[in-house]
Amino acid sequence: MTTFTDQPLEEQIAQWRAYLRRRQAVNGPDVEELEGHLRDQLVALTEAGLSGDEAFLVAVKRMGSLDALSREFARAHSERLWKQLVIAPDADQPANTAYTETLVVLGLAVAAALAIKVPALFGLRIDTGDEPFYFRNASLFVFPLLTIYFVWKRGSGVASGLWLALPFAAGAVFANVYPFRTDGDTWVLTVLHLPIALWLAVGFAYVRGRWFADGGRMNFVRFSGELAIYYALIALGGGVFTGFTFMMFAAIDMKADWFVGGWLIPCGAAGAVIIGSWLVEAKQSVIENMAPVLTRLFTPLFTVLLLAFLGTMVWTGSPINVKREVLIGFDLLLVLVVGLVLYAASARDPQAPPDFFDDLQLLLVVSALVVDGVALAAIAARISEFGFTPNRVAALGENLILLVNLAWSAWLYARFMRHRGSFADLERWQIAYLPVYSVWAALVVVMFPPVFGYR
Amino acid sequence: MDMNKDLVAASATPLVLAILAEGASYGYAIIRRVAELSGGHLQWTDGMLYPVLHRLERHGHVAAKWSASENGRRRKYYRITKEGRAQLAAHRQQWKTVDGTLRGIWMQACTV
Repeated sequence: MTTFTDQPLEEQIAQWRAYLRRRQAVNGPDVEELEGHLRDQLVALTEAGLSGDEAFLVAVKRMGSLDALSREFARAHSERLWKQLVIAPDADQPANTAYTETLVVLGLAVAAALAIKVPALFGLRIDTGDEPFYFRNASLFVFPLLTIYFVWKRGSGVASGLWLALPFAAGAVFANVYPFRTDGDTWVLTVLHLPIALWLAVGFAYVRGRWFADGGRMNFVRFSGELAIYYALIALGGGVFTGFTFMMFAAIDMKADWFVGGWLIPCGAAGAVIIGSWLVEAKQSVIENMAPVLTRLFTPLFTVLLLAFLGTMVWTGSPINVKREVLIGFDLLLVLVVGLVLYAASARDPQAPPDFFDDLQLLLVVSALVVDGVALAAIAARISEFGFTPNRVAALGENLILLVNLAWSAWLYARFMRHRGSFADLERWQIAYLPVYSVWAALVVVMFPPVFGYR
Repeated sequence: MDMNKDLVAASATPLVLAILAEGASYGYAIIRRVAELSGGHLQWTDGMLYPVLHRLERHGHVAAKWSASENGRRRKYYRITKEGRAQLAAHRQQWKTVDGTLRGIWMQACTV
């Protein structure tokens, strides 16, 4: 008999199968083969007089531990561990769902690529003259479609989808109604801050509207990091593709500029966001740890850099030469350190006791605080000389936001190291702080242009 | 009798090939045949047979085919190939050498 009339036995077999399927090295047909074996064994054992439970115990024992088994399979099929990087439908997922998802994703990617060409129908040319319009609205071409993908994927209702449309509508209004001076400061600020503000809306769709539910926000942080990595990889490939396009058409004396500048780069850049997100979603379990691995690699390096910088400054006594870009430079440094802390936290087991890496992390945060404090002091001394331009106010605001984050992180880290607090506190603080960045970015987009007279 | 693990592992490939040389078969039946031939002394962890079979398949020593079994489920049947037979002959030669050498020294030990 194929199936057992014994219902609990069938359930046990199903459970065993589910465990087996999760092993990367064991593929679908292997599971079927092993299950066939288990069933043959069970038939023989029950015929010999064992009860269903007993037979199952014996059969599973004889099959061997799943760990040892998948290790052996991995040895026999080492390529499978690599092949995982290519999209293969989840075994638990019915094949047609995976197929539908592929269609939806491709459809959305094409939609994003076409969306960026829609304004061209109204005479706004991307490669000649109307770049400011495209820069201001860049995130509005792609993020709504990405949000649609997550609304669809998470099975959120149409109603919540409509709520999520609000921030994008507001973004479109604020990006386009203000009479910006081309290349003015406030225009640049809108270009830079609108995506940060709207990324929060994507996050809401990602966590299915349950922003405060357990783990959702941290997963979104992980997703964002992985997407950045995937996007960089895709962009690298796109660069190679672009180079070949130029080279080949140049060989037959044709200029491919209009195609590359007007179609390939904008459409590719838009579509790649959707494709990259899909890859992260599909492959979560495989490259899950790419961002944290980079963190582990660069935390020591940046710590050394910061300490060397401080040491040199103290030794030589040379003050920070306050120029225009200095503030932005130190902002970026703090962003980087916050990123390192965030991704180290995302990969860490909150239950684990403090270890050497935590010391290093604390050292990194403290040295970043000191470096930034020195820089801020230098800037503050001379800010009245420079006057309050929109750029400077924005940069100063961001510096304060990041400084608050890092200062409190350092405090929580220190408590954790002295066993006064748990690592979860730090993680909670980091994810609770996430909306602050987006709210500040929204503030810059909405308030700064009118306040500073659209300079 | 407790068999040494390495010895069991080393004998797995020739044993599987030899059983398949008797005729096409499938995993569970191969395990049964091993138990029968060894009088129960050669105990394999059942699951470990499959990586061995898959490795042989990849090297082209056995060929596999999914077909329906008597119970209606799909089952993967393995049969030995020409290369597999050559491999089996080579294994046989090696084991004979090992066996002969050991026999030689043990006979001496007995006569002394």
